[in-house]
Amino acid sequence: MNITQKSGLGYWWKGQQGQRRRSGLSLGGAIVRFIVLLLFALFFGLPLLWLLLAPTKNEDQLYNLGSISFGSWGRIGEAWNHLLGYNNAAIISWITNSIFYTLCSLVLSVIVVVPVGYVVATMRFPGRGLLLTLTLITMIVPSSALVLPLFLELSLVGLVDTPWAVILPAAFFPFGVYLAFIYYATSLPTDLLSAARVDGCNEWQLFRQIALPLALPLLGLLAFLSFNANWNNFFLPFVMLNQDSLYNLPVGLATLAANTPALHPAFAQVSSPMIKGDLALVGLIMSVPVAIVFIFSQRFIVSGSLAGSVKE
Amino acid sequence: MEDTARVARVAKPGEILRPKKKLVRYLAAYLFSLPYIILMLAFGVGPAIYALIISFTSYKDGQPQYFGAGLSNYSKAVGDFRFGSAVGNIAQFLIISVPLGIAGVLAIALLLHARQGWYTDFLRTLYFVPGAVAGPTAILLAIFMFDPRLSPFAPILKSLGFQTIGDVARIQNLPVMITLIGFFGGAGGWIAIFYGALQSVSKELLEAALIDGCSAFQSAIRIKLPLISRYIIFMFILTFAGNIQLFAEPLILNNMVVGSTVAGPTYSPNMLSYFLAFSEGNFGTAAVISLLMVSVGLLGAFIIIYGTKFYQTDATSAS
Repeated sequence: MNITQKSGLGYWWKGQQGQRRRSGLSLGGAIVRFIVLLLFALFFGLPLLWLLLAPTKNEDQLYNLGSISFGSWGRIGEAWNHLLGYNNAAIISWITNSIFYTLCSLVLSVIVVVPVGYVVATMRFPGRGLLLTLTLITMIVPSSALVLPLFLELSLVGLVDTPWAVILPAAFFPFGVYLAFIYYATSLPTDLLSAARVDGCNEWQLFRQIALPLALPLLGLLAFLSFNANWNNFFLPFVMLNQDSLYNLPVGLATLAANTPALHPAFAQVSSPMIKGDLALVGLIMSVPVAIVFIFSQRFIVSGSLAGSVKE
Repeated sequence: MEDTARVARVAKPGEILRPKKKLVRYLAAYLFSLPYIILMLAFGVGPAIYALIISFTSYKDGQPQYFGAGLSNYSKAVGDFRFGSAVGNIAQFLIISVPLGIAGVLAIALLLHARQGWYTDFLRTLYFVPGAVAGPTAILLAIFMFDPRLSPFAPILKSLGFQTIGDVARIQNLPVMITLIGFFGGAGGWIAIFYGALQSVSKELLEAALIDGCSAFQSAIRIKLPLISRYIIFMFILTFAGNIQLFAEPLILNNMVVGSTVAGPTYSPNMLSYFLAFSEGNFGTAAVISLLMVSVGLLGAFIIIYGTKFYQTDATSAS
């Protein structure tokens, strides 16, 4: 067939039809598929767009300008000033707390997790099976199930209402141990270790000079998953922390929603110029960094979060 | 490497690990695991055991009388009028959220996989990104999305007869609302997992079916679906065990209307447990309800570990 005689659009259409037929879809089926997927795209996309635009609008614009519309850039600065005005700029301490808690848990958990994954993958020792099984169990039981028992336990030792009550439980990262175990079990040849042992390496040197340098891709994945799990953590800090100067961003946001005039102007517990767009700005501060990572590392995240769970 | 070269010695063939060496290696393994074992005892196993103890404890003037309560906390929990309604609420939520979540995720994954197109990858990312809007942000966003005066979905809300947020903010609407919130944030991850599983279905098989006159719909239902069925079981268990822990959504949705009256303070078992502990100081009964939630999680964990091939390790495999 002489392709050059066809117009570009006609050629494209023919290609589309061929592709459709190869996938066994009728024309009607292809159209239904497209529409359903588009509706889901609206379901997932419109709220994101609304959240992105809300801080640019004042209360009047939010109600009257159309739900998907842009207000003004200046409104964002005003929203930030409203937030700073709440409780002596509590928002600043919530942001720094969020970063501090998340980073502490992240660093602690990675330091703790990698050596365990390594020994479980490369050595046999009494109690290894128990350690592995307990890791699997604690990793599948939702961590929120343990929040209240944790509170009872930590109040016994006086850690409640301190940053440690949030940092330490979050540093327990059984899923990380499982990932490190799978990683070392598949990527570290035991022959290499025995050879190095024969050469007189002690166990610490083996880990330090062979296992740790191999762990770089693993560290990235562990750091991301730990960050993601703890950055948005609400239940644990909500239960553990009383002073609002200790809150992280999620608990801070919930406090703003419950106490300021933003949602119900006439019934606020504290006087503040806070409006809905200001809450949306807090939401954006929390989610935009994560969203950017999500967009660029979708494959990495998904394959990582299910790594090794599939045995054929 | 120079260090290791200097101390190199020749290994005897078939060298047997001497008992002393074995002990040194065990010691190394325990030292490497020690920090993790401490964290596990303190924050994984410890709280569950402590809750078990508290569940048999009574309090006199704020002083715990360990094992002084016998089974009374258990009978109090079951007898509490709020317990029955919390269980009823969570059952209603589970019945709606788990099947709808699975069906929605499956439908999207199969539709995406029906044909590789220019927009398929883009859509997968779009469905995935809301996962970044998690926790209170997603719930607060939902309050706006359910407000017919603010929401881009206003035409749908109004056609369903909701004119104001007060019409939407009813306790009987909560299961559907919370299902939508969970689907918004959680579906993308599952879609990606199911899509990945579909990618592993043999291309030859699908082509052969096509040649035999199998339509895209038939191949989705008759071939692809059975081949990824174990992922469905996996998702069922994880979402069931996760959704039963419901806490933040009803708590924050209480702010939809003035006066915290949508869900109330004891809507779900976890909320009731929190309320018993913090508003009534009744730790024993709170612990009983927490233990119940932990047991559901444990049951799910055991089914996944011993009943499915997910997360199989040499320590847990049957063979």
